[in-house]
Amino acid sequence: MPLLAIVILAAITYALRLAGTLFRDRIALPPAAAVLFADAAAVLLIALAATSGLMNGHDFAGWARPAGVLVAGLLAARRVPFPVVVLAAACVTALLRLAGVA
Amino acid sequence: MRGLWRTTGSALSRGPTPSRGPTLVRDVALVCLADGLVGLSFGATAVAGGLPWWVPVAMSVLVFAGGSQIAAVGVVLAGGSPFAAVAAGAVLNTRLFPYGLAVADVVGPAEQSDRARIDASGAGAGRTVRRWLIRLLGAQVITDESVAFALRQTDPARRRAAFWTCGLSLFAAWNVAVALGVLAGSVVRNTNAFGLDATFPAVLIALALPALAELRTRVSAGTGAVIAVALTPVLPAGLPVLAALAGLATGWRPRRRTTERTGPPRADRRTGNRTASSIDPVTGER
Repeated sequence: MPLLAIVILAAITYALRLAGTLFRDRIALPPAAAVLFADAAAVLLIALAATSGLMNGHDFAGWARPAGVLVAGLLAARRVPFPVVVLAAACVTALLRLAGVA
Repeated sequence: MRGLWRTTGSALSRGPTPSRGPTLVRDVALVCLADGLVGLSFGATAVAGGLPWWVPVAMSVLVFAGGSQIAAVGVVLAGGSPFAAVAAGAVLNTRLFPYGLAVADVVGPAEQSDRARIDASGAGAGRTVRRWLIRLLGAQVITDESVAFALRQTDPARRRAAFWTCGLSLFAAWNVAVALGVLAGSVVRNTNAFGLDATFPAVLIALALPALAELRTRVSAGTGAVIAVALTPVLPAGLPVLAALAGLATGWRPRRRTTERTGPPRADRRTGNRTASSIDPVTGER
């Protein structure tokens, strides 16, 4: 990942942050736009979770990783504290690999 | 880092009063701990995946938005182009714009309506510069967490204290944690044996969960995930995730039209009412 890419992402991110604080009195964000932003973020996060949880490059990642992610997702949906969710994902996957599951 | 406050927040919100004083410090410390764990995992996974040590470190200081950092590095580690990584990270961060609107009153220094006008007319040039520097610094620490803490307070002074306490503490905690993660990741070669590769998708799901309260969003996200996974074997890495945005069309448009035109005027049916600011920042509920 080149430094330029990091700088561009940082600049876009900072511009989004600062613009909100500067334009507060001048614009009213259409509610539909705010909904679209929120939905787009959710779609991206879930798509990334699905691809990075199931796939390794262009191929299936094996069963250990998706199993750990599935357990973590169920725990998160039950509002288990975040550190536990993260540790559970790692532990389930690590134990399955230890047991010989790829 | 979106959504981390949801789980830690459920512990925080047990008390009926918004946190202040020592309680605020304790609550902020809890959030820093939770995010620190993510930062640790982020740093370790990035270097274990083959990225140079300065990539996660520079990102954490300059971008300082956990979700987009994880997403961008995830795209790159999967072999995606830097362009796809930046695009994914930038789309995730669009939510920071409405956040800025929500906390604009506390990001800069306290408003001095009358004094500011006098200052602007001469001797206050130095003070104006200082006000701008504080505002520019404050903008960088706008995060899910600092906005959540600010919005829980009603008193302006407490809003300000909550925003800055959380924002600055989190900036320090996040960057220290990422640096420690980088160290750990360069010592432990095979992080897969510890299941670290499963923490990335786990974090992403935890981040997305609060936003999945409505069926429309779940349909969009589910469709997007199927599109992305189906395209992964055939498209260059990074593109399938962006293609998932097409899933927005399935859940979003038809439903919105019907509820707007024919839906009953109940607040909970009006999608227009569901703005980013109507999400309870602590529980993640709308």
